[in-house]
Amino acid sequence: MSLTSEMTALAPDVIEETSFLRDALRAFRKNRMAMVGLFFVVTLILAAVFAPWISPHDPYRVALDEQLLPASSTYWLGTDNFGRDILTRILYGARVSLVVGTVPSLIALMIGTVMGILSGYLGGRTDFVVMRLADMMISFPSLLLAMVVMYTLGANLLNIFIALALVGWASVARVVRSQTLALKGKEFIEAARANGASRATIMFRHIFPNVVPTLIVLFSLSIPDAIMWESSLSFLGVGVQPPGSSWGLLVAKGKEYLFQAPLVAIAPGVAILLTVLAFNFIGDGLRDALDPSMKD
Amino acid sequence: MLMFAIRRIVISIPVLIGITAILFVMLNVVPGDPIALLMKEHASPEVIERVRAQMHLDDPLITRYFRFLWDAVQGDLGISIKLNRSVTSLIMNAFPNTMMLAASAACVSWIIGIPAGILSAVRRDSFLDHFFMGFSLLGVSMPIFWSALLFQYVFAMQLRWLPVSGFYGWQYLILPALVLGWSSAGVIARLTRSSLLEVMRHDYIRTARAKGLREVGVISRHALKNALIPVVTIMAIQVATLLSGAVITEAIFGIPGVGRISVSAIQSRDMPLLQGSVLFATALVILGNLIADMLYSVLDPRIRSQMTKAAP
Repeated sequence: MSLTSEMTALAPDVIEETSFLRDALRAFRKNRMAMVGLFFVVTLILAAVFAPWISPHDPYRVALDEQLLPASSTYWLGTDNFGRDILTRILYGARVSLVVGTVPSLIALMIGTVMGILSGYLGGRTDFVVMRLADMMISFPSLLLAMVVMYTLGANLLNIFIALALVGWASVARVVRSQTLALKGKEFIEAARANGASRATIMFRHIFPNVVPTLIVLFSLSIPDAIMWESSLSFLGVGVQPPGSSWGLLVAKGKEYLFQAPLVAIAPGVAILLTVLAFNFIGDGLRDALDPSMKD
Repeated sequence: MLMFAIRRIVISIPVLIGITAILFVMLNVVPGDPIALLMKEHASPEVIERVRAQMHLDDPLITRYFRFLWDAVQGDLGISIKLNRSVTSLIMNAFPNTMMLAASAACVSWIIGIPAGILSAVRRDSFLDHFFMGFSLLGVSMPIFWSALLFQYVFAMQLRWLPVSGFYGWQYLILPALVLGWSSAGVIARLTRSSLLEVMRHDYIRTARAKGLREVGVISRHALKNALIPVVTIMAIQVATLLSGAVITEAIFGIPGVGRISVSAIQSRDMPLLQGSVLFATALVILGNLIADMLYSVLDPRIRSQMTKAAP
């Protein structure tokens, strides 16, 4: 066989078409922990969406003759002080945790991205004002800031979104700003400017797409944080209110029966722990795949 | 260095003033009259009116803000509505307890975190590395209120080694310090590991090895010096955060600290107390960040020149 034909025979295997996205996807798929995390999260989302169909009991049905039962074949994780099935309550709580994990993170991401790009690209006074505002938000101890917002606006789900978005946007803005600063000097931005592109076009058509990989990573890593904050607020009594069901609230209610029925408090905590771990695995996997430079 | 320090302090002042403004507006636009809420049906409208005037609640917001700021600068954070005592003295009474908790939690986190990070880096990808990193990840992924309950259940209720909650001696500090320390140790261990691995790639480490230094010497005398710089700064920030009140830990273990004050202020809707305790906590965090930046620049001259240039 001649050398040329040997090379053509090899070519399709060796020179495979690659792109940034395809490489990233492959790297992500190879990450075993990230795949485990993804599997867990997908299962959890399905369980939360189909909770009314798959949960064995009614989450609000009070049965005073079945209080604080231990785990059994009827009640897999036992019952709480009102005789309600803990597993069912956890499944319904997953709805709150998943929504609270994603919605405020998305809001924070949007605000942070706009602020960060404006600050980094425009510079000068805009930069100074936005960055000082971010400094202020970051200097507030996050839980206290969220507590103050809940105190002012009242404890309900919408206000949890506001509180968590307020806590989260500043760190996004800082990261986006530093990326914008780095991109600003690149040739393709200069070329766009030379072409007569407006500032808005440059910021949102040219700089923004380059920040997206970082935003995806930030988003996946901010979900576990938001879940933790929500459960902490609910645990302290300024988050989701009874008879609603949130994991933090379930732990708080179970705390009073820790001695008689430890599962009431411990089981929802395991749900928080596993979910936070799963999202962290996904976030780490995405970071390694999309933006290895963020790894410290 | 002095220029850097002055510049850094000057930047912090508007941040602190801005924070007082945000906090003041957030807490003072609460719908509903705090006094009416507090006195409920016991008081006649005249009495409510008099108390409102006494507390200057009828003045315009801006006047009240500047009065608050002026008083705060002089160390007066107002009077607690519920407890009828000076907010400053309430905070100062609670602060030593928070300090003790913060100090013991910080000790736990350093004693566990730094050696775990070093061992993980040195024995990279070994069983030990995976064990310590799993332990750290668990520490940062567990909600504090849950790990606190778990510790109470196991060590206080089942094994009866330690008291469940309260604050009557050093043994009451062990469980809360372990709970808080574990979660901070996770951060420290991960950072120490990655920082040491990064430093070990440098040429000067190869030189140290090439001149025949033993591995222990290479790590302790050459690598750690540089690897611990970012760790030290994170430690400063962590201590500040711990001092600003471990809200949840203090609430669960019944430690009468600054964090407990904030929680009880929210529960009893005591606005001046909440305002004072949050302001105090925030000032501590700003101070901690300031110290961290200073430490960073003292320890690493490269950072100093970079930061002077990059700061907007």
